[in-house]
Amino acid sequence: MKTNVNSQSSTTKNKKLGQKATNTIVNTIIYIILSVMSIIWVLPIVYLLYTAFRVTPDTGIINTLIPKDLKLGVGNFAYLFKDTMFPKWLGNTLLVAAISCLVTTLFVLMVSYALSRLRFKLRKPIMNVLLVLGMFPGFMSMIAIYFILKAMGLTNSLLALILVYSGGAALNYYICKGFFDTIPKSLEEAAILDGASQIRVFFAITVPMSKPIIIYTILTSFISPWCDFIFVNTIINDREKYTVALGLYKMINAEKSSFNENFTVFCAGACIVGGIITALFMSMQRYYVEGVTSGAVKG
Amino acid sequence: MGIQRAETLKKNKVKEFFLAIKNGSIWTKLSCLFMGAGQIARKQFLKGALYLLLEIAFILYLIFFGVGYLAKLGTLGTVKSSEVWNDETGVYDKIQGDNSFLILLYSVVTLILIALFIVFWLMNVRGNIKNDKRIANGLGVSTLRQDIDEFLNQKLYVPLLVPPFIGLLVFTVMPIIFMILIAFTNYDQQHLPPGNLFTWVGMDNFKLLFSGGLSSSGSFLATFLRVLLWTLVWAFFATFTNYFLGMIVALMINKKGIKFKKVFRTMFVIVIAVPQFVTLLLMQKILDVDGILNVVLGTKIRWLADTRWNSLIPRIVIIVVNIWIGVPYTLLMCSGILMNIPADYTEAARIDGASTVQIFFKITLPYMLHVTGPHLITQFVGNINNFNIIWLLTGGGPIDLNNYTDQAQSTDLLVTWLYRLSTDNPVRYNIASVIGIIIFIISASMSLITYNRSSSAKNEEDYQ
Repeated sequence: MKTNVNSQSSTTKNKKLGQKATNTIVNTIIYIILSVMSIIWVLPIVYLLYTAFRVTPDTGIINTLIPKDLKLGVGNFAYLFKDTMFPKWLGNTLLVAAISCLVTTLFVLMVSYALSRLRFKLRKPIMNVLLVLGMFPGFMSMIAIYFILKAMGLTNSLLALILVYSGGAALNYYICKGFFDTIPKSLEEAAILDGASQIRVFFAITVPMSKPIIIYTILTSFISPWCDFIFVNTIINDREKYTVALGLYKMINAEKSSFNENFTVFCAGACIVGGIITALFMSMQRYYVEGVTSGAVKG
Repeated sequence: MGIQRAETLKKNKVKEFFLAIKNGSIWTKLSCLFMGAGQIARKQFLKGALYLLLEIAFILYLIFFGVGYLAKLGTLGTVKSSEVWNDETGVYDKIQGDNSFLILLYSVVTLILIALFIVFWLMNVRGNIKNDKRIANGLGVSTLRQDIDEFLNQKLYVPLLVPPFIGLLVFTVMPIIFMILIAFTNYDQQHLPPGNLFTWVGMDNFKLLFSGGLSSSGSFLATFLRVLLWTLVWAFFATFTNYFLGMIVALMINKKGIKFKKVFRTMFVIVIAVPQFVTLLLMQKILDVDGILNVVLGTKIRWLADTRWNSLIPRIVIIVVNIWIGVPYTLLMCSGILMNIPADYTEAARIDGASTVQIFFKITLPYMLHVTGPHLITQFVGNINNFNIIWLLTGGGPIDLNNYTDQAQSTDLLVTWLYRLSTDNPVRYNIASVIGIIIFIISASMSLITYNRSSSAKNEEDYQ
């Protein structure tokens, strides 16, 4: 009997030991896989940085990874700011992004609030129509938009870009409305009982409580002009009025040659754009996590 | 039965409306003809003046602009622009012909304006009927202050919705209506305004697509099916490789006993910080024949331009690059959800002797699929419309001469093909529109499935 118990406990011990051993093996394998994968994921970014700082006589044509006369420096950045229109493009993009993100955020908030909080006859039909409109591919209407802008005498202007980027803002109400739906109504009802008007409730209660979603909307709408080159390409022909995305795109894709001179300069520009967007994300990150109603209404 | 009731209800309302006009005061009747007359007579000057101005502006617009274009909408123009020798002056006189494009565009604008005008007209008459009622009840008409107050309270949705919807109308609705109409015309390289006219052709473009009518080489249907097949194959692989690889990485990072979680996560998430067009162009250069990958490997593989085996290499490379771009996003999403799986489930399973693999397939995976099901379909639709990755990596290419019809290249998706058809020579806007409509039908039907299944649509008031 005793031996039996002993043997039983020893087998469980063995089993545990075996489990521990397999666990260590599994963990080691996972560490190896994760390390290899992280390297694969980071390598292109490292390569981007390396190319941006690479100053060698063979600028552009990459026929060796590390040429004998390798020099690193900020030469590409200097060239980018002195000899290309990059500063101009940067300014254009900043302007367009800033204004269109303001308008977009305002529009999204207005539509979301109306559809989430106010009750009126056409509410459901409007939501359905917006849903359907959002399913048409954007490129389909690009040509028509170009001609509408032309009829308004707006082609080749940054204003056109702002209008196009913020014109469709109402379609992106969905996430923001979902957020408003989760804010308890009790606060607003209390305010209305106290005699506040609907519009005051919107500005004084809902907007301050929606910081995370507002910042999310600002971020996404600020970033999209930095990444779009298709609409810019259709609407704007004047090199002076390019945004960074189109400028950089044209820099290495203008001629259909397989490799051209500008690759290192392109990488330098890409680093700057990437840096700006990364910095934005880093500084705004904490708002994503911040609870919405924390402290306002408990339970 | 419900529909019938709704219809009778509507009929009653229309009847009521006309009855109210008939029995209404002289001002209500007058307002049907001269908008704002009633309001002005009842001292709502600002409102009345605005209505009146609107009517005048609208009539002027119609007379001097709208009607001219609307009249030609049926034919889209009959007079070609041409040059005629003028004996007196000794030069060619340009005769300004019709511009089909502008006729169609401005007709759409005019029709939308007419619709808007009707809305305003109804508002105007209703306002008068309301005033009649208020006077009959001895209330007196509302003051400007009361009106404004109403728009800031009960009718707050009007000022909130109108500005965004104007943007939507001009830059989304109008272009979409316009492009849908284009699908029923012969607007292509041979019919380019202003030199040439295009006209209505009914369903011909759709017939060309579905009956397999002859095009530049072989049948158009074959080209369409080829592109559609690749679009679906791409969307399938792109969605599922990202989803499962991202989930596996998330599981590995979140596994108990794994250290440096934050380091690993950051390594992947860095990719998100760089704008997609940058990473894609970078990848395009890395994978070039003279690119760094071939330099390091010492090979000369044309990763993005090999046309052998039906362009198999570029296709696979695109999906692999997409994994590199997409996995970090899935990782972020899955990490959050994985932490939310109730620990009791996995613990209970472990005590019952389930292995890690079993736990994954019986608990983790079903849970993930349940939570992220709608997300998967959205991703799938997003990938069908994933213009950037194809355009920036291969540009839709390579051109495989054995397999190059109707401007559709080897890795073209429906969207890139649409773009090519409306930008490259010879342009075929009509066919591009047809493809746009088909993309819409595909995404709409898939999204409808998701929308109906997602709980957020049904239970929007759950948390309030």
